[in-house]
Formats: sequence, structure tokens, C-alpha cells
Amino acid sequence: MTGYLAKRAGQMALTLFLIVTLTFFLVQAQPGDYATFYALNPDLPAEVRAQIKESFGLDKPLWQQYLVHMKNTFTGNFGVSFGHFPRPVLDVLAERLPRTAVLFLTATAVSFYVGFFLGKAIAWRRGGVLEYAATISGATLFTAFTPAFGLMMIWIFAFKLGWLPVGKFLDPLVWRGAEVSANHVFSYMLVTGAAFIAFAFLVLFFFRRSGRIGSAPLVRPVIAVAALAIPVAWAFSDIGYLALDILRHMILPIVTLTLISFAGTMLLTRNSMLETMREDYVMAARAKGLPEKVVRDRHAARNALLPVVTSLVYSLIFAIDGSVIIEGVFSWPGMGMTLLDAVRSEDLPLVMGSMVFIGLFSLLAHVIVDVLYVYLDPRIRYQ
Amino acid sequence: MISPQSDQQNFSREPPGIPESPLVDLHPGRWQMALARARLALRSFRGGWAIFVESRIGVLSLATIVLFALMAISHPILMATVWDAEVYDPVTGYAFDRLDHPAPPNWRHPLGTDPLGRDVLSQLLSSTRSEFVLGITAALVTVGIATTVGAVAAYYGGLVDALFMRLADLIIALPGISLLIVLSALFRLNLFYLALIIGILGGFGGTAIILKSQALSIRVKPYIEAARVAGGGHFHIIFVHIIPNLLPLSLLYMMFTVTGAIFAEAVLSFLGLLDLRMSWGIMIHTANTGGYLLGGTRYWWLIIPAGASITFLCSAFYLVGRALDEVVNPRLRRHTS
Repeated sequence: MTGYLAKRAGQMALTLFLIVTLTFFLVQAQPGDYATFYALNPDLPAEVRAQIKESFGLDKPLWQQYLVHMKNTFTGNFGVSFGHFPRPVLDVLAERLPRTAVLFLTATAVSFYVGFFLGKAIAWRRGGVLEYAATISGATLFTAFTPAFGLMMIWIFAFKLGWLPVGKFLDPLVWRGAEVSANHVFSYMLVTGAAFIAFAFLVLFFFRRSGRIGSAPLVRPVIAVAALAIPVAWAFSDIGYLALDILRHMILPIVTLTLISFAGTMLLTRNSMLETMREDYVMAARAKGLPEKVVRDRHAARNALLPVVTSLVYSLIFAIDGSVIIEGVFSWPGMGMTLLDAVRSEDLPLVMGSMVFIGLFSLLAHVIVDVLYVYLDPRIRYQ
Repeated sequence: MISPQSDQQNFSREPPGIPESPLVDLHPGRWQMALARARLALRSFRGGWAIFVESRIGVLSLATIVLFALMAISHPILMATVWDAEVYDPVTGYAFDRLDHPAPPNWRHPLGTDPLGRDVLSQLLSSTRSEFVLGITAALVTVGIATTVGAVAAYYGGLVDALFMRLADLIIALPGISLLIVLSALFRLNLFYLALIIGILGGFGGTAIILKSQALSIRVKPYIEAARVAGGGHFHIIFVHIIPNLLPLSLLYMMFTVTGAIFAEAVLSFLGLLDLRMSWGIMIHTANTGGYLLGGTRYWWLIIPAGASITFLCSAFYLVGRALDEVVNPRLRRHTS
């Protein structure tokens, strides 16, 4: 397992290297010269210009520039953003990355769960009304024009019903008197969320491995108590109302992203289930007289899960693209919106930086799926 | 009853009694082979069609695609006959008969006009054509590349295979829309370049992997070995024996590529990043920059026709693809035939 992880990490580094190379040469291939474009930008003071010219080697030949670019990228020097002038690109991205991660991970987890559950159900009762309804609505949502769908959600839930805020990350009116910054509150929220997930996994792991019959029913109450304790603890802290404000802004983008991405998993699970349901072991399980639910969940669905996880990579990439669009529509200041703004304002260093980070993000997702696969399929043990 | 021996004799001997003539060719000629092949193809098409028709969703989606194709054809006809170019041109037209742009639907403009006074129906119809051009170009490029790459990688294996598959892994790892957004910042993308880029990304990416795995199962079939024994070259085996057997699966992935291409175009146009005359995405972009999108249903003719067209055409191609999947992949069928 460790050897496999090391190999994957090596491959990832190579892929990242290729992505950085690709972005460098794409920028070089564009009409006009990047070097002059960068250094002649009138927004920059003369001394900054000279410093940039020197640090990026913009007066040197292309191959030397490439080497300098590589060195800069891998030491974390992405240059200075034009749009957010004095701030370095890395600084802007470090602020935005967690926001995208939360949006993306939550939506992916929820949509995977919902998609798998529905796919299982519609394959099991083939030809029912549920199948037609789920297939058509799923495919419609899957292929729905994401921006228009996002705007429709805003119109319904924010304008007509007024339940949720229209977009953006926070409400300035709520934050006017606040003494802490949004990033501060948000990082506390992240830590809480991560701690809760870790706790839930530990509980699950502990009770599964302890092997005592009768302890398994404790899993759900313990996790539920923890889940209830968190909001109470936040409510008593003095930044609780600020966290609530961020949370309220998060709901609509996450729901929208979930709705557009669950169908892929659902339709795939359906296909995979249909194949598994013909296997002999499913018939054997039925012949043993096991209840339908056990046959479906423990025998058929468990095996149908594998190809779905394999293609999770595709749906993750789909969700990354989806979150770029959703962020643009909801003005959620994450990586996607940074990329869009940078593209619109021709902020090239920021464009390149965000592209590298989005690439890194999808590579990480790739590796996580691989590791998950090893865990799920005992037949595969990577050497 | 004919013994196998005499059968063989008949084949090995020249047919007796008939003089050699350049006009009468007794060996199964090229066109006869082609005819037999065509008959076989027709039969398998009929069999496939019978399975396809069983899926009601697939038939409905095919009808939707045909409807959109008719819409695409109708635009040049309407422009040439009833519609005056000064009023109805999708980009430069102006509806002089109204002052309240965006005007609601009326007799002269069945879907109303947009904020700049252009006829929405005309825009919708003219965009349909470019969506088809885009989708089909991208799909052809994808499938052309993916089929060749898949067959070549499966046939040669080794280094060629490793190179193409690592390249495919790299492309899969890149989020396509984000990459296109970056490209649109650097280059001026028009319909043709966009189709080409989407096609190349798809062709060297995921589709190549799927077609390669199919080609691997074809490569070990006895007839490939027979072809090699008979002296067929690499090129001959790849293009005559492997690729034709990949085509059903290629057709399936063409459908999915069309969906992806139309969707990508719409998103990029909506964000205002493409260099196109008119498209469904641009129609929504125009409505959005004018601030009409958050008017909800009040200005429905600016949003719903274009948005619904994108959704319906994308999902129609997608669902036809899924119905074809049941034809190509027998394990998904309801009845074992």
C-alpha cells in the first residue's frame, strides 16, 4: 500500500509537471508576447517591473524562461496578481482554495450518496414509474444548462421565497461590527467539520472492529449526539452568528451543484446493478431465502459499487467544472470565480496559478478515488 | 450429399467449360463482396433498430433530435422566403414595428424580441444550425482520433500503448470547461476551433481508453490471427479488421461527445468568452447582461426558449446514447435475445 501510494505520488508529480509545462507553453503560444505584456503593464510601478523582469527572467531566451518558470512554480512563486495588485497569486489562491474545497466536497459526497441510493432502487424495480421519473429528471438535471439552472434556483429560493441569500460569501450588514475576519471564522468552521468527519470515521471503525455483537447499534446515536453538540457549541461562541451567515450562503450553491451532479452516479449505478443482478451469487442469495433488502444492499449493490467508484473520477471532474460555473453564477469567491475573474480581466499570472491549482485539485481527487478503490475491493491489493 | 472432398475440389479448380473473359468474373468480385457486406450491415441494423425501438425514451429522444434538425433546416428557408433580412436577421436585424424591446411574443414575432430588438425565434433557429455543426464536428473529430488511437494502442501494445494511455490519463485529470475557459483567455475561439479543441481533448482522453479496451477484446479474436496468417499487414488489420468492429461503440460515444460539446459551447458563450455570431448561450448571455434573468418569468421568452433548447438537445443526444448502449452492450437488455 505504501509502495503504491509512493508510485501514485510520483505519477502525480509528473502529471503536475506536465500541466505546468502546458500552461507555460499555452501562454507563450498566445498572440502577443507574455514577457512584454507582463512587464509593460502600466499598472505596475517601475521598480516592481524591474523586479519582475529579473525574477521571471523575462529578458532571457525561451528555454531559460521555461526553467525559471518551473523553478518559480514549484517554489510557490506564481508572481503578483494584476487584479489584486500588491498581493501575490499564491496568497489569493490560498484564501480561495478552502472555499471551493468545501463547496465541492460536500456536494460530491451528497450527490454520490443520493445517486447511488436512487440508482440501486430503480435498477431493482425495473420498468416502474420511479425509473422513468428518475431517469428523465436525472438526465434533464444532468444536461440542464448549469448557469440558467443556477439562476433559476436563485430566483425561486432567494427572490420569490426569500429563504436564502442571493449569492456571495457573506452579508456585509451582519459583519459590520464583527471584529474577526471572514477567513478566520471560515477556517474555524473547516476545522470543526474535519474534526466531526474524523470522529465519525473513528466511531465507525472502532465499533466495527471491536466485533462485539450489539455494539453496532450504538454507532448512529453516538454520531448523532456529536452532530447535535456542534451547533450548540457554536451557538454559545461569540462568532456563532457569523458562521451561521456563511453557512446560509453555502446552502444554495451546494444544493444546486448536488442536483446537477447526482444523475451521473445514479444512471451508472443503475447500469452496474443491472449487470450484477444477473450474477449467480445474487440468485444464490435469493435461493437461500434472504430478505430482498439484504440481497439488494449486501449482495448486489456492494458489488455494483465498484465500477461506480472507478468512474467517480469522471464525475469528480464534472463536479469541478460544475463548481467553476456555479461559483460564477452565485458569486461564491472560490477558485472557479477567481479563474473567471482573472480570465475576464486578463490577469494572466492569476489565470496560470488557478489553472495549476485546479489541476492539482483534480489530481488529488484522482488519488483519493484510487485509495478508496483499494479499500472497497479486497481482490485488489496494490503492490 | 456432397462430400467435403469434392467441395474442396470445386474450390481449388478453375471452373471448367467457360472461357476466360474479362467481362465475366466468376470469383466473388469486389462489388459482390460489398453487396454482401451491405446486406449484412442492413440485417444487423434492423436487429439493432428492433432493440432500440424497445426503449421508449430512446425513440422520443431521437424524435427530439429530428425536430431540432428540422428547425435548423427551416431557418435558411424562412430567411429566403417570408422573413425580411433587415428585421429578422439573428444578429443585425431590428424589429421596427415595436418600440418596447424586449417585446413579448406577438403575431409578427412568435417568441418576442430580445433587448436589442432582434427576433428571438430567428435567433433560436439560426443557433440550432451552429449547435449541430459544432456538435457533429466535435463528435467526428473525437471518434476519428479515439478509434484510431484505441485500435493502434491495443494492436501494438507496449510503448505506444503506454504513451497514449498516459496522455489519456493526463487529459482526464484536467477539468475540460476550466481548460477551455483558460484557452479562451489566451486565444480567440470561434466555432471551428472550439469544435476542434473539444474533439481533440475527447479523442485523446476518456473515449480513447474505452475504445482501446474494446479493441483489446477484438485483437485476440481468431479472425485477426487468420488475417495475419493470410499475410495482412499491420495497417490492413487495424483499418479493415479492428476499426470496423469498433464503430458501433464509436457511434455511441459520438452521442456523448455531442452533448459535451453543445454544453461547453453554451457555458462559454454564457460567460461571454467565445467569438461567435449567435448561439443559445449568447442569447442567455444577452439577457443576463441586460439584467433580465432575475426578472424570473416576466421575460420568459428571453430565457426559456434558449435554455430549454440546450437542455432538450443535450439530453436527447445523451439519452439516444444510452439507448444505443443497450443495443451495443447486450448485458443491459431487459430480455436476453
